[in-house]
Amino acid sequence: MADTRDITLTVNGESHTATAETRTSLGDFLRHTIGLTGTHMGCEHGVCGACTVLLDGEAVRSCLMLAVQANGHEVTTIEGLANADGTLSPLQEAFWEHHGLQCGFCTPGMLTSLTAFLRDHPDADEKEIREAISGNICRCTGYQGIVNAALDAAKTMQEG
Amino acid sequence: MKPAPFTYHDPTTADEAVALLAQHEDSKVLAGGQSLMPMLNMRFVVPDHVIDLNGIEGIAGIRDARDTLEIGAMTRQRDLMRDGTIAEKAPIIPGALNWVGHFQTRNRGTIGGSLCHLDPAAELPCLMAAYDATLTVQGPDGARAVPFAEWPLAYMMPSIGPDEILTAVSVPCWSGNVGHGFVEYARRHGDFAIVAVAALLAVEGGKISRAAISLGGVDVRPLRLDAAEAALVGEAPGADTFRAAAELARGIDAMSDAYVSSEYRQRLAATLTERALNAAANNLNGSA
Ligand SMILES: Cc1cc2nc3c(=O)[nH]c(=O)nc-3n(C[C@@H](O)[C@H](O)[C@H](O)COP(=O)(O)OP(=O)(O)OC[C@H]3O[C@@H](n4cnc5c(N)ncnc54)[C@H](O)[C@@H]3O)c2cc1C
Ligand code: FES
Ligand code: FES
Repeated sequence: MADTRDITLTVNGESHTATAETRTSLGDFLRHTIGLTGTHMGCEHGVCGACTVLLDGEAVRSCLMLAVQANGHEVTTIEGLANADGTLSPLQEAFWEHHGLQCGFCTPGMLTSLTAFLRDHPDADEKEIREAISGNICRCTGYQGIVNAALDAAKTMQEG
Repeated sequence: MKPAPFTYHDPTTADEAVALLAQHEDSKVLAGGQSLMPMLNMRFVVPDHVIDLNGIEGIAGIRDARDTLEIGAMTRQRDLMRDGTIAEKAPIIPGALNWVGHFQTRNRGTIGGSLCHLDPAAELPCLMAAYDATLTVQGPDGARAVPFAEWPLAYMMPSIGPDEILTAVSVPCWSGNVGHGFVEYARRHGDFAIVAVAALLAVEGGKISRAAISLGGVDVRPLRLDAAEAALVGEAPGADTFRAAAELARGIDAMSDAYVSSEYRQRLAATLTERALNAAANNLNGSA
């Protein structure tokens, strides 16, 4: 018999109650049980950063957490980053402007990570931004567009 | 890829966790999960029971007990970096944590998990060796204290029984005119160190009164450079003194692996020791 738990968590502001097998990662739970497939699973051992979500506002690897550990917590995924009226956040807008994505596989992890990072470090410079995304691997862009987008978004948010 | 089936337990007290460990033979303790979850996902470890420490009251947090920092095992690496007392009394710790993985892994990873995982190149064990920290381990018969020097038994094997958990770490802070230096070389930022060096210096009346140099990544456990420490005491801090002491690091027995030879580790050990000592001398008068 599979070991399961009934859990309740808030995802992007909405409460969800579901049964999770205890060995299921938070990432798999979000994708398969809740149906939010924006969170991408890449390496599933903590290295690529694609699966990053916000747990109570802090960026974490959803492949390195069990879904049951998120019981009672608040999770934000890529689907929850846009403004309430559906328009893109300044960071998302900047990714669009600066070609911060190509295939898009790394993008959910880049955006969740940088959303938390720029909130805590609104004055971040290029070096700090590169260090912040050192745990997010992108095979397409060469990072330059991502870094430019983050710098530009930081500026917009400061002015905004 | 997901872990093989296990039974999940989430105790709320350390006693309960220890009782569960005693009761279930093939069990694994889960802290921040930043090393254990990869091993579970890849099925390198296949325990029947996983005992999650995240719901336990009272084993996370930082307490300032005069000149000793009492750090709960479940304190997140992020919280060590943000804590004002640590920044003041042991600033080498937050500085070195910048090198531990990435900010996303530090949001979950704990000090206790790092010390129990005991990767030879991990930064926190290297620091705890420099401080001669004391670890508190709780088992069915109560708690025992383990000096850090006796903590690593072998490669990635700490002195902890299958029915014990690490609950706290005591870090005796240095006071007076002290300085600290931490330097590391890794291929990419966030990777485990090829070699890391932590150095603490105390100076009295213009002479070094106390020195601690700890090397990570060179051996299966953090290596204290006793000979270099002894050579420094009584000398005036200065570039030549540091170079001579650091030369002693060239003679250490260093590991080799598929990517890095032991000669290269010895060279790095000497170079980085010299840099760490110079860095420590440059921030004397702080608190370390
Ligand atoms: C991409 C990536 C990069 C990383 N880079 C680095 C790095 O550069 N340097 C570095 O040092 N680390 C690095 N790490 C590992 C670090 O993030 C982990 O936090 C640390 O190794 C383990 O801590 P944890 O709290 O996550 O423990 P877990 O993964 O939960 O546990 C690790 C082991 O310790 C045991 N354990 C944990 N807590 C206790 C306890 N209180 N009592 C008894 N046993 C216990 C567990 O059973 C398990 O065997 C990296 C990890 C990732 C994913
Ligand atoms: S899938 Fe989680 S870090 Fe790669
Ligand atoms: S856009 Fe393809 S991996 Fe980053």
